[in-house]
Amino acid sequence: MSELDQKPGLFGAVRAGFSHNLKQYAMIIALLGIWAIFTYLTQGIFISPRNISNLMVQNSYIAILAVGMVLVIVAGHIDLSVGSVAGFCGAVAAYVQCFWHWGTVPAILAALGVGLLVGIWQGYWIAFKGVPAFIVTLAGWGMFRGMVILVTGGQTIAPLHDSFTAIGVGYIPQLFLIGKVGNLEGQVPFHDLTLMIALAAVVIFVILELRNRSRRKGYGFDVLSVPLQTAKIVFLSAMILVFFYFMVMYRGIPWAIVVVAILVLLFNFISTKTVFGRRVYAIGGNKEAARLSGINIKALNMAIFVAMGVLSAISGIVFTARLNSATASAGNLFELDAIAAAIIGGTSTLGGEGTIIGAIIGALVMGSLNNGMQLLNIETQYQMIIKGLILLLAVWFDISSRKTAK
Amino acid sequence: MSEHIFEMENISKVFPGVHALDSVNFRVAKGEIHALVGENGAGKSTLMKILSGLYPYGSYTGRIIIKGTERQFQTIKDSEKAGVVVIYQELALVKQLSITENIFLGAEIAHGGVIDWDRALVEARKWLNEVGLTIDPMEKVVNIGVGKQQLVEIAKALAKNAEILILDEPTAALNEEDSKHLLNILRKLKAKGVTCIYISHKLEEVMSIADSVTVLRDGQAVKSQGMAEDGGMTESKMISLMVGRTIEQRFPRKPHQAGEVVMEVKNWTVWHPELVEKKVIKDVSFQIRKGEILGIAGLMGAGRTELFMSLFGAYGSKSEGQILIHDRQVDIKEPRHAIQRGLSYLSEDRKGNGLVLGMDVLSNITLASLGIVSSKPGATDSLDRDLSKAGIINILQEVVVANHYVKRLSIKTPSIEQQVKNLSGGNQQKVVLAKWLLTDPHILILDEPTRGIDVGAKFEIYNIMNELIDNGMAIVMISSELPEVLGMSDRVLVLHEGRLTGNLPWQEATQEKCMYYATGGK
Repeated sequence: MSELDQKPGLFGAVRAGFSHNLKQYAMIIALLGIWAIFTYLTQGIFISPRNISNLMVQNSYIAILAVGMVLVIVAGHIDLSVGSVAGFCGAVAAYVQCFWHWGTVPAILAALGVGLLVGIWQGYWIAFKGVPAFIVTLAGWGMFRGMVILVTGGQTIAPLHDSFTAIGVGYIPQLFLIGKVGNLEGQVPFHDLTLMIALAAVVIFVILELRNRSRRKGYGFDVLSVPLQTAKIVFLSAMILVFFYFMVMYRGIPWAIVVVAILVLLFNFISTKTVFGRRVYAIGGNKEAARLSGINIKALNMAIFVAMGVLSAISGIVFTARLNSATASAGNLFELDAIAAAIIGGTSTLGGEGTIIGAIIGALVMGSLNNGMQLLNIETQYQMIIKGLILLLAVWFDISSRKTAK
Repeated sequence: MSEHIFEMENISKVFPGVHALDSVNFRVAKGEIHALVGENGAGKSTLMKILSGLYPYGSYTGRIIIKGTERQFQTIKDSEKAGVVVIYQELALVKQLSITENIFLGAEIAHGGVIDWDRALVEARKWLNEVGLTIDPMEKVVNIGVGKQQLVEIAKALAKNAEILILDEPTAALNEEDSKHLLNILRKLKAKGVTCIYISHKLEEVMSIADSVTVLRDGQAVKSQGMAEDGGMTESKMISLMVGRTIEQRFPRKPHQAGEVVMEVKNWTVWHPELVEKKVIKDVSFQIRKGEILGIAGLMGAGRTELFMSLFGAYGSKSEGQILIHDRQVDIKEPRHAIQRGLSYLSEDRKGNGLVLGMDVLSNITLASLGIVSSKPGATDSLDRDLSKAGIINILQEVVVANHYVKRLSIKTPSIEQQVKNLSGGNQQKVVLAKWLLTDPHILILDEPTRGIDVGAKFEIYNIMNELIDNGMAIVMISSELPEVLGMSDRVLVLHEGRLTGNLPWQEATQEKCMYYATGGK
């Protein structure tokens, strides 16, 4: 353990925590900083539960893509086609519902099936034909955008069933309290089911953290000192509560966020606890060593791109539901936000390093910037310039913090 | 004693938590070849990084005096101006550029930014001549062998008007012939007044080339003397100075009892991955027996690595012939097929092919077993190798097996969560070895198992090999160091240009015989 860890007191502990996991905590702090700035500039509108809740939903399609993008980039690839694929899958869902009158579940399955096929197509070229992912997905970027226009005929396809749009605009139900939370209805002070979930989340987090700690002790690994561990639990519990606060005080957890949460938990599990996940990091870290260790790299690359295809479809479904329509430009430039989210969240562009949780924080950073600048009526051209600069600075920060860590 | 071209006085350097150098005094006389030896981590590289300005003035304490004046280098450029040039172990040539472009990289012969090719070529030829190379200076570096690349590095250093040449393990990647040639070139340079600092683990070379030697141990200079002084320096004296104890024999040979044939290779032929017509292995047949160390000798390019990479399913080109493991014919197309049939291969390139440097010790150890190998009947030990169920990792069992091997191979690491890039070369090699032992192989191929690791760690690896043999494993050891092959093997196979030319029991294997077969037996 470093010297800092032995410093007594909470202040020392917090400082030590910083040096430990600087990148992830720095990202959370940066996110809070961005929120503080926008709150000040918008005179509090930004931080209102309604806005933050919207922000999260608006951001959900990027977050879903970012989850898959982490695996793709960690394995040493890139996927430029996700925006087009999301648009394409969303268009297929809208098409079968509007023109062929399919129900919501079959329409969703159709979109997922298309995503799966797209994943198999791109995975085949990358894994078995050895074409670099950059090229395959650049081609896909164009091809699938073309197919979006083909399916929509350049028109807007609308409207969709309520059960479909609920994925993008609906919320989990109230359990006991009758009525809705919010400025307009204003009958109920908070969303009860969301509050219960929030408290359960904190309890589960604390239990897992403590269990993890005692396990690590059992393995003979380093564990954080008691004040440091306490500080970590308090800080992250507070973050969980802050995250839920906005949804408790608005209409509850949006279904879109439920989808994101399930995917985050699932892929976090896959990336840290499964053989597949371990191998993704191994091929990104050293492909030759992985190959000589008996890892089937072709099958692995195939699986990564199939997963990315399905996630793109889910992203497209949520986006289409939110818009209640499919358009020719749906998903345009999503790939850039998704890649930026993953990289801002600490995924190394060289492969081998990156976390799902980091990417979600990265997605929130990007989403907050989008939302805050829209609230301030900053024109699109300036928004793009600012976002570009933020990406640049984030990567620079990452590189320089790596150097000092040495 | 003649005048000192440079002196390093009382050099100390502290890294967080480690005293890397402790008041080291290092003096080198003008025009001599001065060997700097010591185990890995003894401080050789740190000392040279200080001399070359890579660790700038102020980051260490002590004085550097070159030709009578004190120097305070801030960058490598400063030291190069003073005539100090380092040639690193890992070659620093740009593979896709020509020899000429490499020689003048950073100091191009140009007018107003436009390269004067005529003059550059003439100059390049001149410097290539100095190192005895008669090749086209426009040839791309990627197209010439490692031995020639090393010479190009020296030519490049000379072109910078180097007076003090620091060579860090220059022959590590070279075969015997190229090594000899390199040493001859150094002798010629010495005759012209160039001073060389020669860092090497190969003490034989040090004996043959050095005028004096300085031995570092744990950041201190424990001895500095002329080779003939003080009763004369010998290899065993150097070793005992380096490790601080006497190692009686370098190779702990133990009598082994070869058992039944575990693997048989029949008429194995392998084609070149790019040149379709060319065969790199030609009709090779041999047997490997349980409980024996089979040494593989041959010059660089003889096809030793290609032979075993292809048997392991990792060479990636067309091959023909039969492999029998335990009398059953097997079809190995990918490394995982080999691993599952009890054949494992430790690569010669530890960092490139062995380790995932950014991953921790634990993940590296289990990399080749996780989801590939599970406990099977007839395992050579009682370790539970079921590390995952339905694709989900059993972390508890992973920790158990990783700790088992950390202990068994005495891997020095603060924790199994340490990233392997932070370990020393010897410990990294043990991590790779642990990875392969965990796959529970019946036949373990070790390709250059002791390359670039220090004497102490080498000895440990030899002992582990003997232990594995006692437990009934069969080991194939490929090595460019003939003494190692002769010292450890029960039987030696010699390859020459893809053909098996010699098959000798160890009692008959001598340096002369091996070289005779390695050069084609003519």
